[in-house]
Amino acid sequence: MWQQHLAILPILIPLFTALLQLLPWGDRPQPKRRAIGLAASILTLVASAFLLIEVNSQEMLVYLLGNWEAPFGIVLMVDKLSAMMMLLTAVLAFPVLVYGCYSEDNLGSHFHALFQFQIMGIMGAFATGDLFNLFVFFEVLLISSYALLMHGGGKFRVRATLHYVLLNLLGSALFLIAIGTLYGVTGTLNMADMAVKIQALSGDQAMLAKAGALMLLIVFGLKAALLPLHFWLPQAYSTTSGVVAALFAIMTKVGVYSIIRVYTLIFGADANELALVAHDWLWVMGLLTMLAGALGILAARDLRLMVAYLVVISVGTILTAYSLFSTQTTGAALFYLVHSTFVTGALFLLADVMAFERGKTASRIVSGKRMANHSTYAVMFLVAAVAVIGLPPLSGFVSKLMILESASANGHNFWLWAAIIGATFIMLVAVTRAGSKMIWHTLSGKPSEQSAPLGKRAALASLLLLSLLMTVFAHPIQQYTQSVAEQLERTEDYPKWVLKAPEVSDE
Amino acid sequence: METLYSVTVGILTACSVFLILRGRSFPVVVGITMLSYAVNLFLFSTGRLTIDGAPILGTSDSYADPLPQALVLTAIVIGFAMTAYSIILAVRTRGEVGTDEVSDSNSEDNR
Amino acid sequence: MNLLIIIMAPLLGALLPLLLKQAPRLLKTGVTLFIPLTGIAILLSYAPQTLSGDIPKHFIEWLPSIGLDFALRLDGLSLLFCSLILGIGVLIIGYAHYYLSYEDDDSRFYACLLLFMASMLGIVMADNILLMWAFWELTSISSFLLIGYWFHSSDARRGARMALATTGAGGLALLAGLLIIGNIAGSYQFDDIVASAEVIKNHEYYSAALVLLLLGAFTKSAQFPFQFWLPHAMAAPTPVSAYLHSATMVKAGIFLLARFHPVMAGTELWLTIVTVTGLITMLVGAYFALLKHDLKGLLAFSTVSHLGLICMLLGIGTQAAIIAAMFHIINHACFKAALFMTAGIIDHESGTRDMRKLQGLMGLMPITATLAMVVAASMAGIPPFNGFMSKELFLDQAAQQHLFGGLSWFVPVLATVGAALSVAYSIRFIHDVFFNGEYKELPKKPHDPPRMMSAPVALLALLCIAIGLAPMPIVSELLNSAVTAVTHSQAEVKLSLWHGFNIPLLMSAIAVVAGILIYTARDQLFTFNRQFDGQDAKHNFERLVQKASDASSRLFDKLDTGSLQRYMAFVLISVIVILLPSLIDISAITGSSPQQSIDTVSMVGAIVLIGAAFGTATLHRNRFVMLMMLSVVGLMVSLAFAHFSAPDLAMTQLVVEVVSIILMILALFFMPQKTNRASSGHRVFRDIIIASFIGGIVATLNFAILTTPAESISDFFIANAKTGGGGTNVVNVILVDFRGFDTLGEITVLAIAAAGIHKLLNKLKPFMPSSDVDGRPWHRIKHPLMLTNVANLVLPMAMVVAAYIFLRGHNLPGGGFIAGLIAASAMILQYVANGVDWVKERFNVNYQSLMSIGVMIAALTGLGSWLFNKPFLTSWFTYLDWPVVGKWEFATALLFDLGVFLTVIGATMMILSNFGKMTTRHRPTHEGN
Repeated sequence: MWQQHLAILPILIPLFTALLQLLPWGDRPQPKRRAIGLAASILTLVASAFLLIEVNSQEMLVYLLGNWEAPFGIVLMVDKLSAMMMLLTAVLAFPVLVYGCYSEDNLGSHFHALFQFQIMGIMGAFATGDLFNLFVFFEVLLISSYALLMHGGGKFRVRATLHYVLLNLLGSALFLIAIGTLYGVTGTLNMADMAVKIQALSGDQAMLAKAGALMLLIVFGLKAALLPLHFWLPQAYSTTSGVVAALFAIMTKVGVYSIIRVYTLIFGADANELALVAHDWLWVMGLLTMLAGALGILAARDLRLMVAYLVVISVGTILTAYSLFSTQTTGAALFYLVHSTFVTGALFLLADVMAFERGKTASRIVSGKRMANHSTYAVMFLVAAVAVIGLPPLSGFVSKLMILESASANGHNFWLWAAIIGATFIMLVAVTRAGSKMIWHTLSGKPSEQSAPLGKRAALASLLLLSLLMTVFAHPIQQYTQSVAEQLERTEDYPKWVLKAPEVSDE
Repeated sequence: METLYSVTVGILTACSVFLILRGRSFPVVVGITMLSYAVNLFLFSTGRLTIDGAPILGTSDSYADPLPQALVLTAIVIGFAMTAYSIILAVRTRGEVGTDEVSDSNSEDNR
Repeated sequence: MNLLIIIMAPLLGALLPLLLKQAPRLLKTGVTLFIPLTGIAILLSYAPQTLSGDIPKHFIEWLPSIGLDFALRLDGLSLLFCSLILGIGVLIIGYAHYYLSYEDDDSRFYACLLLFMASMLGIVMADNILLMWAFWELTSISSFLLIGYWFHSSDARRGARMALATTGAGGLALLAGLLIIGNIAGSYQFDDIVASAEVIKNHEYYSAALVLLLLGAFTKSAQFPFQFWLPHAMAAPTPVSAYLHSATMVKAGIFLLARFHPVMAGTELWLTIVTVTGLITMLVGAYFALLKHDLKGLLAFSTVSHLGLICMLLGIGTQAAIIAAMFHIINHACFKAALFMTAGIIDHESGTRDMRKLQGLMGLMPITATLAMVVAASMAGIPPFNGFMSKELFLDQAAQQHLFGGLSWFVPVLATVGAALSVAYSIRFIHDVFFNGEYKELPKKPHDPPRMMSAPVALLALLCIAIGLAPMPIVSELLNSAVTAVTHSQAEVKLSLWHGFNIPLLMSAIAVVAGILIYTARDQLFTFNRQFDGQDAKHNFERLVQKASDASSRLFDKLDTGSLQRYMAFVLISVIVILLPSLIDISAITGSSPQQSIDTVSMVGAIVLIGAAFGTATLHRNRFVMLMMLSVVGLMVSLAFAHFSAPDLAMTQLVVEVVSIILMILALFFMPQKTNRASSGHRVFRDIIIASFIGGIVATLNFAILTTPAESISDFFIANAKTGGGGTNVVNVILVDFRGFDTLGEITVLAIAAAGIHKLLNKLKPFMPSSDVDGRPWHRIKHPLMLTNVANLVLPMAMVVAAYIFLRGHNLPGGGFIAGLIAASAMILQYVANGVDWVKERFNVNYQSLMSIGVMIAALTGLGSWLFNKPFLTSWFTYLDWPVVGKWEFATALLFDLGVFLTVIGATMMILSNFGKMTTRHRPTHEGN
């Protein structure tokens, strides 16, 4: 019974959870809400895992909502990429939620409901095969993020949130214009169907569609924090609470996903006049984004800010690699995507606990007093740094090696190599500097009393552990991301799958 | 008619954009709201302009394209939610920061 | 399998000392010692096999797709280095046991040491060059941790970071080089690469690859001009210096050269770069070694110098040269490690390493002195010690090469100079410390250390003598196989102390004499050099990093002013930049479909709309007026919808308009009503430009679309609305059926927004003006009677209307959303008219639950279809005979719409009532959950 609905479970579970959590739960509701939330996260995790297994065996799951055949109804189109992103989300969400349950959720109301809504929105964005429905889920995840970002309040946080909100509202408006343009030209909203229609376009019609396509690049670029649309990110991520920042490690990836989805399926290699409209832009913007991120971590005077710029670098790396549009590089980039999500998430949490224990020096990159769990964080910082910089033996090394290796087949690999290696070097210098200031250069005197609860440290450790596992099981994971890239390339299959998907008839 | 319509939408957009580029939160929010009106008109018009063709079965022989209307309806509702949130966020920000300026004080942007 | 253990034992073993944190040091040392000893045992078990010429290997698949596999080999070269790493490693651990003080965290020390040992073994045993690189970087990391062991001293921190930065950078260059080589060879397995050596050498990228490779090697081995980091690495505890900076890590670069000798060597480029670099490094290193007053500083630079020597031999690359190089690697490891440990002992016992303070220790620590003299003599290349032989071989090579045509004679001369310098600083090490007058007062009164502490030194000293006296039996086999591994041609080594009277002997004779002379003239040298003082690489490095950091932060302050305006501008400008080209490409924006004529209504509407829009934009400084203008815009928009046959939209737009304006007026209550500061002229100008561009783009797109003939999927909806969806209002059917999922998302958004707003308001500390902007106090009468009556009248009516609108929705304009908003606004009126308390008494609903239940109803309706094995949101409808009403269609869609209805009421009321409360005494003081 439930297998046939597998595709929609990762959306519905968080939805119903959030709705339950909105109900009043007596005078001490928080424990109950936590319990529900954690249980639900596990359920979502399991569902996404099954989903991935299912998709891996049968290529793609198409779910006709309302049992209306595509392109008329809305379809969920869960291919290997979507399944991967959904599982990634679920895996990230659980430890983050655990972390949040240690009184982070008391900093403001509705944390748990909003958290689940956030997950729902992200899952929906990954699953849907309908452009307008993608917009709707973007709004779901955005409005949740608006509310989560100011969780805990405070001058800077609220201000950063206001900027983030207004900027994204502009983004949403542009999104609608883009959708309108594309609908006006192709007369459809279903991505697979649109891909077919786009191939048929020519002349002014094609140019019109191109305008829509490029407008989408702005919209998704804004979400992904691609230069010059990235300015909101450092401010927002460095001021919000650690737990939210960690969850948002996946947010930029939503933008990245949308870019990959749209510019592979709809405006991919087979789009005739509109083939690869965005890739040159992506190439340039990606490289510049890496540069900006690298300068950012050099400039950063605060660990959280530094991590925020590390996120920017990761986005740049992924999209530059993707813009080469070769199966190998895309596969490698996807591997890197997974890795960077976990590691940056972990780093945000680490910065949070360190800031907590350092007291008034907080996460500023200056020498501070010795932390209660100093040596624990020293080790964690080392691991995280090694992973995020891309030094052996952790996942960062493996994934960067993959990108470099796969890119070397390609013509203008030089710039990519230069950018990645250069960025790595800058990361090496900047991050070790931060580490030696915050971990090594401790002030004499007694260490701080306040110690982050064990649960938080465990959640953090588990995220770091994932980086290790990605190294050990690099091969199978790489195999999967590779198969994802291959499937993405077979764009001709998508219309077959989606538009031919049969309605469920009465028995 | 098409010309008039698109020009109107264009001007509406331009005015909203001008407001969006102001240095204080309130005009920006209003600008966003107005932009959403413009965008709704735009999205609506992708079903082309039809007069006396409301898509109510049996009321006419040629119907307007109902799909964009549905989309716009959704967009309006979402827009409403967003406007509500942003306006109150603006109030909250003013409460916390003490000013409704959205550009930092030492740059000349905020004039 | 066993090969794996050699690496894995120290890698995993690194955890043992950490686990034994509380145990006594003796136990930790014992455990730590046990690990390399097992390594040695395994090594010995393999040695015969390797020495007899075949190469034991071990292969584990890791990432075949990119050619990264866990492949190990143990050829002669690996064997040579492994034995050095493990052998000296054992001695170092033993030494460290006594060296470390009680405050020092020995667990961390041993752990890092083992980690380093493992990565070093990895480098020399890797059969896959990517794997080798992985270990290569691991040595950088672990040495970073070891150099920074005493992280409380800033010298240690900086030294460590500089070492990491330098070797790390080199490592990255190396990676690029290896990737290029691997790509040319089509494999990263070492044998395949050797096999395609010729291809590589003739490839266009050869020189690039070589340079990158050498960058890696030279940074690691502190070759000129990268020698600067090594002296600062001396901030490390002496055992570390003795291990990393004499015997092992710095030799990694040399190893790399040797390893890639069969692949890359033999070309003009290799010959020139490597030889010359080696030569320069040898001289520079020797010179600075002589100048250093710090014992470890002297040794550090002498290490640089000797590495240069080896590097040069590898450059020359004849078999004899390789033999000399391999032999000197062994010898240098022996005497240099011993010397470092001696320096450590002196420091440990006397409390200083400054040769200007130390003197005349001979009497106080005779044993140490004798040992020191033996190893120093070996370093100076005095017979009969091993150092002498390898230096003879080196000088011989220097004399024989003909690299630089007519100028080749230069090389032996410079070589002799280098040799002389090394004699000089060797003498200085001994004479300044142990003789040079009577013992002077020192921080501690020195005496010979515990026997076990000088045991490692003694062992190495003995080795120096033994190799010196009987080289053949001890090292020849090892050298043979090592050289074979490097040159890939059978080598037969002949070593002997005495070659008869020949050029090299003469050269070293000169060297010794000259060395003594230089030493006696050292003071002049010092004074000469003092003028170059104040050049500290470490500080330069720090300053460099600092500069870069400052520069970029300045750049960011310029770019990212934290100004929203600017971000918005960036977004809009990128829209313009990215879209314009494709719009320019459009030849004619006027499509083929016929245009309709303009009717008066539209004309008037458009004019009003445009006027209001301009009004809103221009009058934005008087905010109330702006709002009025905005509401006009909204009204006209809804009329436009009505005019172009979209009744549902018209109604929705209207009600939304009402509610949002109410909200904004409420908001205005907390906002400045008027602002007078105007933007600077050129900014306004800029904004107008941007605005008109965006407007133009949108207008263009819009017009182009309007005039192109439409073909869309919509006919399907019109065709199936009644039959499939059971409703005649196609828009509503789309909303609740065809695209019900969108609507579900939409009401979810509404619910989230309400929750978020509640969150926002909970901690709101708003500005509460008691009077309006012109200072007039607010009106006293809270609830004007007239309004109250109207409100009480309106409410029931509104409810009926809402119900009607809701029910007809599926077939006629209307539906859950509109109905919901109507009901909500009527209830709001109650609040306005009668106040919060009054309303609370009457109907006390928890809007939050109402809203969440609303969404739940909608979602559960969708879920219901699962019972019939249909996908989510599959609708079902039938016609029932209702009393009174008669035949009426019942659709699950109606249930769905009910959910929408309730959500809208709940959400809207939650927003407005909470916000309304802000103006009353009900403002929440603390935030609940």
